[in-house]
Amino acid sequence: MSAKQTIRLTVNGRTYEQTVEVRMTLADFLREELNLTGTHLGCEHGICGACTILFDGEAVRSCLLLAVQAHGANLTTVEGLAQGEELHPLQRAFHENHGLQCGFCTPGFLMTAVALLRETPSPTEAQVREAISGNICRCTGYAPIVQAILQARGGG
Amino acid sequence: MKPAPFEYFAPTDISEALDLLARYSDEAKILAGGQSLMPLMNMRLARPHVLVDINRLTALSHISLGTDGALAIGALTRQRAIERASLVQTHYPLLAAVMPALGHFQIRNRGTIGGSIVHADPAAELPAVCLALEAEFVLRSAVGQRTVKAADFFRTYLTTAIEPVEMLVDVRFPPWQAQWRWGFQEICRREGDFALVGAVAVLQLDDDAMCRAARLTMFGVGGTPVRPQRAEDMLSGQRLDARVLDQLAHVVAAELEPDSDIHASAEYRREVGGVVARRAVAMAIENAGRRNER
Amino acid sequence: MDQTYIGAPIRRREDLRLLTGRATFTDDIKLPRMLHAAILRSPHAHARIASIDAAKALALPGVVAVFTFQDIAPSAKPIPLRLYPLPGLEQFLQYPLARDRVRYVGEPVAVVVAESRYLAEDGLDAMDVTYEPLPAVTDVRQSVQGQVIIHAEPGTNLAARYTLALGDIEDAFRQATYTRKEVFKVHRHTGNPLETRGLVASYDAGRGEFTVWGETKVPHFNRAVLASFLDVPESKIHFIEPDVGGGFGIRGEFYPEDFLIPFAAMNLGRPVKWIEDRLEHLKAANHSREVLCEVELAARRDGTLLGMRAHVYGDMGAYIRTHGGLVPSSTAALLTGPYHVPAYECTVSCVMTNKMGLGTYRAPGRYESCFIRERLLDMLATDLEIDPAELRLRNFIQPSEMPYTVGKTRPDGPPTVFDSGDYPSAFRRALEEIDYNELKPLQGKRQHGRYHGIGLGCFVKNTGQGPFEGARVVVSGADEIAVYLGITSLGQGHETTMAQICADTLGLPLDTFTIFHGGTEMMPFGVGTFGSRGAVMAGNAVHLACLKLRDKALAIAGRYLKLDAAQLVFRHGEVYRQGAEDRVLLGLDELVRLAGPASPYNLEEPGLEATAYFKSTQLTYSYGAHVAHVTVDPETGKVEVLRYVVVEDIGRCINPLIVHGQTVGAAVQGIGATILEELVYDDNGQLLSGTFMDYTLPTSTDAPSIDSVILEEAPSPLNPLGVKGAGEGGIVATGAALANAVSHALASLGIQVTELPLSPDRVRSWIRASTAHSS
Repeated sequence: MSAKQTIRLTVNGRTYEQTVEVRMTLADFLREELNLTGTHLGCEHGICGACTILFDGEAVRSCLLLAVQAHGANLTTVEGLAQGEELHPLQRAFHENHGLQCGFCTPGFLMTAVALLRETPSPTEAQVREAISGNICRCTGYAPIVQAILQARGGG
Repeated sequence: MKPAPFEYFAPTDISEALDLLARYSDEAKILAGGQSLMPLMNMRLARPHVLVDINRLTALSHISLGTDGALAIGALTRQRAIERASLVQTHYPLLAAVMPALGHFQIRNRGTIGGSIVHADPAAELPAVCLALEAEFVLRSAVGQRTVKAADFFRTYLTTAIEPVEMLVDVRFPPWQAQWRWGFQEICRREGDFALVGAVAVLQLDDDAMCRAARLTMFGVGGTPVRPQRAEDMLSGQRLDARVLDQLAHVVAAELEPDSDIHASAEYRREVGGVVARRAVAMAIENAGRRNER
Repeated sequence: MDQTYIGAPIRRREDLRLLTGRATFTDDIKLPRMLHAAILRSPHAHARIASIDAAKALALPGVVAVFTFQDIAPSAKPIPLRLYPLPGLEQFLQYPLARDRVRYVGEPVAVVVAESRYLAEDGLDAMDVTYEPLPAVTDVRQSVQGQVIIHAEPGTNLAARYTLALGDIEDAFRQATYTRKEVFKVHRHTGNPLETRGLVASYDAGRGEFTVWGETKVPHFNRAVLASFLDVPESKIHFIEPDVGGGFGIRGEFYPEDFLIPFAAMNLGRPVKWIEDRLEHLKAANHSREVLCEVELAARRDGTLLGMRAHVYGDMGAYIRTHGGLVPSSTAALLTGPYHVPAYECTVSCVMTNKMGLGTYRAPGRYESCFIRERLLDMLATDLEIDPAELRLRNFIQPSEMPYTVGKTRPDGPPTVFDSGDYPSAFRRALEEIDYNELKPLQGKRQHGRYHGIGLGCFVKNTGQGPFEGARVVVSGADEIAVYLGITSLGQGHETTMAQICADTLGLPLDTFTIFHGGTEMMPFGVGTFGSRGAVMAGNAVHLACLKLRDKALAIAGRYLKLDAAQLVFRHGEVYRQGAEDRVLLGLDELVRLAGPASPYNLEEPGLEATAYFKSTQLTYSYGAHVAHVTVDPETGKVEVLRYVVVEDIGRCINPLIVHGQTVGAAVQGIGATILEELVYDDNGQLLSGTFMDYTLPTSTDAPSIDSVILEEAPSPLNPLGVKGAGEGGIVATGAALANAVSHALASLGIQVTELPLSPDRVRSWIRASTAHSS
């Protein structure tokens, strides 16, 4: 049994205070403790990108972070993208371009795309492909995801 | 795939971290970016009893240029920060150009220069670049400090000269020479992967492709990155024309002693090692400043 | 029938919950007091189990139970075959836990259940198992020699063998003025859906009822198996399908865990969750594709095919999985493809090895046979100096010959009959799409250091496997029609496509319909989602159910209005007299009332609802062609795909957005598999490609642009909608087209590809060998 620590952090604009086992990964913390199950686990060794979230604004693999490392951090997950019933432009673009089939990889791609567009508001197709090359999709073959992100660039 | 239990410390100053290392020694592992360590821990291939999380040691995250032009980068500096630093892009173009080849940007957001160096995967780019640039590593422990040259640091697979009670704090690159031309080539199965084989060339070239001095570093060719001596000697004092470059490929191939794994045989790494060495040198000559070759 | 929605690129209704993180995948399900299981798996490929000691594991705080074979013995049966039960295979089945031997790395040995997955894995670490390792065999040809016997009782590693024979093969070879003999190897690889397997099982002890989440693909079959294992009636087992993160054939077959997890829940009186991790998935979820084929082709010098003689060996792994002999059988069944091959003889051998069992992965047996056949054709073309495209055009089965009987290419079941198709037309379209005549001069040429190659691959694909699927359509109001399906969804968009069919059949807006699918609770009978059968089987079932609903509505209306039902029309939710569309006699709300249980006007089952089953014993065949333009860097062995074209005729397209999505996705899977992926075992049966660092899946920078063309030139005559299945065509010819392209590219070096994958290491080794040979 691991020791525990209390952490305080903000997720999607809401503040949480929880006591967690030190070995619990950040991905598991979000899914199990905060019930934010939109962030998915595809490999748990940092390759597939399904667990991608924003950590202090930067896209990271949450399966490679411990929950205790997020003490004091500001996180955004896929649940934080839509504003009520109003979809984020990327979500709308994914829908319009059939950028998802089973949907399991989708939250990871959305968060990666959010990070990309914040840093590079008008990426080229090559830049988009490069930026999402750390996320694996088994269903779509990537083309519609690339289309969706290109559609959403420049404000969408 | 969940990590085995461990005791966790997140020291807020360096001496605290070093005291922990002194106390726990080889029972402890340092957690920096976590991009190499956490997969191993999730798979339970690494089961440290103690984890020393150094991410709060912000003093170890810095990029500074000395008056002599030497570049010092704190071990905890994120790879992404190095990638974006105008200081590095301006003064150390080779280092800036190699950064995007490291994994994917999400990995570089957390991965640190120190972590990559100490993890010492023989197919990784940063240790090879450090060797090519003759970098020095500053290691600190609770009882002192020492500086180890890159050439003396990498021992074998995932093994370096660092002691369990030590921490890498600083990476120092000698001043970049104006007459250096560089080339970087790697062969990967997919972009962002560790290389099957790669080469870093740093050449002192005159305008007519006359090579005054050559440094050639190969990676993915055995337990550590290597500088094939005969190949380097062969290039110095020569005008680097097509014939010399072809010869270089053969000399490098003959000098390498790589291992086989499921991605590539030793023969592949030997032969293609010669090819990437030649291409890296050709790139240096062109001084194209391109990114890694797929 | 309207055509407002069918054929339109309707955006998917499934998307909203998937985009906003509000979907429910199996691991998102949490039940009160839920426990977590972890599976202890064999580290050896072949070993005797000397002892298992769980004491230390049980002593750990939070570890609640450990189950070994002893605990499951009273219930345990071997996992039965679902398909292709070739005689002999039944002696090689797997018990849910190893009894006294382990036969592949990853075989389940025990189940540890704890308060969290973290603690369950601590429990795994504390388990003490003593193994006595035995020699392992990992190669099919070695295995048939029998030095290492994997299953003592049958005493052989040759689990099944049969031979199919069509036409007069001896005569074919006698007449032949050209023959070519080769051995082809297709590499072991698998589908890797991004979501790994997982189950949540809950047992209500008071009622003796099980609820299991996570069952998909073939839930009705799996429920029957579980019921027989647990010795409970099927009615006491409820399978609920949550959202599913892809399947591709891998997920959903009955695995050991499908028994172990409900068993654990029953024994512990608490719900149990098991989520497979990726390392487990790579070693213990179905592998696929690994066949070796010795083949000889007979032809005339003008390129006319006369016959093919082959032996297909399936590397089945250590236990026969639920698919029985499907992979090698299917390789044999369509080996002759869309061509006239008057004589064909093929022996199929299922051979056991100490590896994970072989199951289906998208287009099982078809990717393999397409590679073998299309490579042979290109070899023939090269030898006889005939253009590869011209050669194919000379040998295609012609549209005038449809339906075309190939013959009995499966050991049981009806003969293979291609129902409809214009193979030359689809092929020509593919050639046009890539500008084949413009590209041809590049064949084998070196430009900027790279060799260029253009490769062709033609295919037919069996779709629409029967025997049935059902659907139930229930009207509860003018805006509310529920449609229940017996099939499951693994990402194909059934919630949208089925609604499109209903909307057009009944002439109502799309939003009127809500599609409910999955699990065993929707329909009492179901076959499942696999082999591109969704649109054909369930699509036609919903169509028939809607037609039956219409007829029922008209019968009720006729009785109520005292009019002849034959004079009435039911469309757009309204009833009116034929010829008097402007005068609505009844609306849906009224019809619902008139159909109620107390109504004298409804003489059938109460409710404005209808159930229909679409039955079929014949497969319907989609077909098409792939063309690949690649470059090969001879110095590094790297293959780059410059252009990739897929042309597929699916008879009738319900939703082009979804079909293109399937095609492009399948093509990228196939291209990745052909160049990047391989499940590699060493001689001791250790899986070397055990993580995503070593099993390299294609990413966005590996995926070329896929040019996908959907044709509807040859609707299927076998079902009312005229549809053929569309999920697999994009992958079928990827191995073939790429291998042909690389062979053409490296023709000047004398290289002719007979093995996959086209990894840099392999390509370089071929170049090295040919250079050594020539010098």
